Amino acid sequence: MISIIDNQMGNIKSVSNALKYLNVEHIITQDPSDIALSDGIILPGVGSFSQAAIRLRDSGFYEEIQLYCASNKPFLGICLGMQLLFDSGVEGGGTSGLQLIPGHVSNLINRVQKLPLPHIGWNELTVKTSKILNGVNNGDCLYFVHGFEVITDEQYIVAKTDYGVDIVAAVEKNNIFGVQFHPEKSQEVGLEILSSFAKLC
Amino acid sequence: MLRHRVIPIVLIDGFSVLKTINFKQRRNLGSPVTVSRTYNTRNVDELILLDIDASKQGRSIDKFTIMDISQELFMPLTVGGGIRTVKDIEMVLKMGADKVAINTEAILRNNFIVEGANEFGRQCIVVSLDVIKVNEQYCLFSHSANKIIEINLLDFCMKVQELGAGELLINNVDKDGLMSEPDFKLINDIAGCVGIPIIAAGGVSVPNDCTRMIQAGASAVAASSLFHFTGYTPQDCKSDMRENNIPVR
Repeated sequence: MISIIDNQMGNIKSVSNALKYLNVEHIITQDPSDIALSDGIILPGVGSFSQAAIRLRDSGFYEEIQLYCASNKPFLGICLGMQLLFDSGVEGGGTSGLQLIPGHVSNLINRVQKLPLPHIGWNELTVKTSKILNGVNNGDCLYFVHGFEVITDEQYIVAKTDYGVDIVAAVEKNNIFGVQFHPEKSQEVGLEILSSFAKLC
Repeated sequence: MLRHRVIPIVLIDGFSVLKTINFKQRRNLGSPVTVSRTYNTRNVDELILLDIDASKQGRSIDKFTIMDISQELFMPLTVGGGIRTVKDIEMVLKMGADKVAINTEAILRNNFIVEGANEFGRQCIVVSLDVIKVNEQYCLFSHSANKIIEINLLDFCMKVQELGAGELLINNVDKDGLMSEPDFKLINDIAGCVGIPIIAAGGVSVPNDCTRMIQAGASAVAASSLFHFTGYTPQDCKSDMRENNIPVR
């Protein structure tokens, strides 16, 4: 069973709806003790990095996620959920993240100068081999809506998108996955990604 | 490369889909879920759902309507109507919206934009502005275009960007429902002074209007009558944009 973490700020319902459509058994939880019992975890996210990071700590999810990921079970972070996988973020004041993958989260404005920000809309991916992106082809468009980006080592990056500069679109480290775009809102291609993740669980 | 979006707008009066002219004369077009389902089968880039009576009636948009739509449609959804508190935003996002459109409250209480952006990130805060030309000046209105606001439109656009708006939805009320050609100058003026994406709405009568709105500086084009009352689909708009070298999905 997959647990969707309800950090009380995400678009939880959309992810749940997509899993329901795919006939994937799942629960939405605000209880950290559910984590250890799960075969897969999804951390969705809309919100500012510091608010979300603080809530993960205060609610007790932080420790449970660390233990869970140490057992190499599949974990997927979506949008802010992907950004939270990294060491730290600057949105809403500097805060440390889950520190599961080395890297940090920075404001897109530092690198994107001539295009409108936030980065909102459908943008195409360039993909590498990945356990959850096997249904995605180079050039497929996914839906992005974000103002901050992940800066990490090339070895963890499995997809990029071009917005004047290359932006990290998906990351993977062992069984920890993160996508900057919203698979639950990206119609067919997006559902395919969630389905690939569910098969790992 | 980022694709320019074509976005159908679904207006509701609480429960039924409406089509308005200059935001006033109304026609009832049935259930929002049915209408949204049609757009979903057409793989539209995004959908905007606005409850135009919510603010006037002092309530917020019905959460079950959002839930019914997001339950079966896996596309980006922007929702607005009577959003006045951080709790309202949380509810709308929780029900499956990706972005929230704020109009009246953003004008009455500027600090609400700051609160929303701090809590949920600016990427989900769309400030929706209703514009009417009065004595050759673009003027800003609130309460579904019933109340004029004594403030310079362009100054206000820059201000909301500063406060934390992630996107602007510009509704040209003069053109609403008339399909009489959009006001390209309005779009151009606003695009010249802000760096956040602009969704331009009002007056689209043929697919080529969408192309010209993008060329005027909009990131995305939104329309309602065009899709309700003509044979044109969002795909036709995108074909015209593509022929004019505008990247679309």
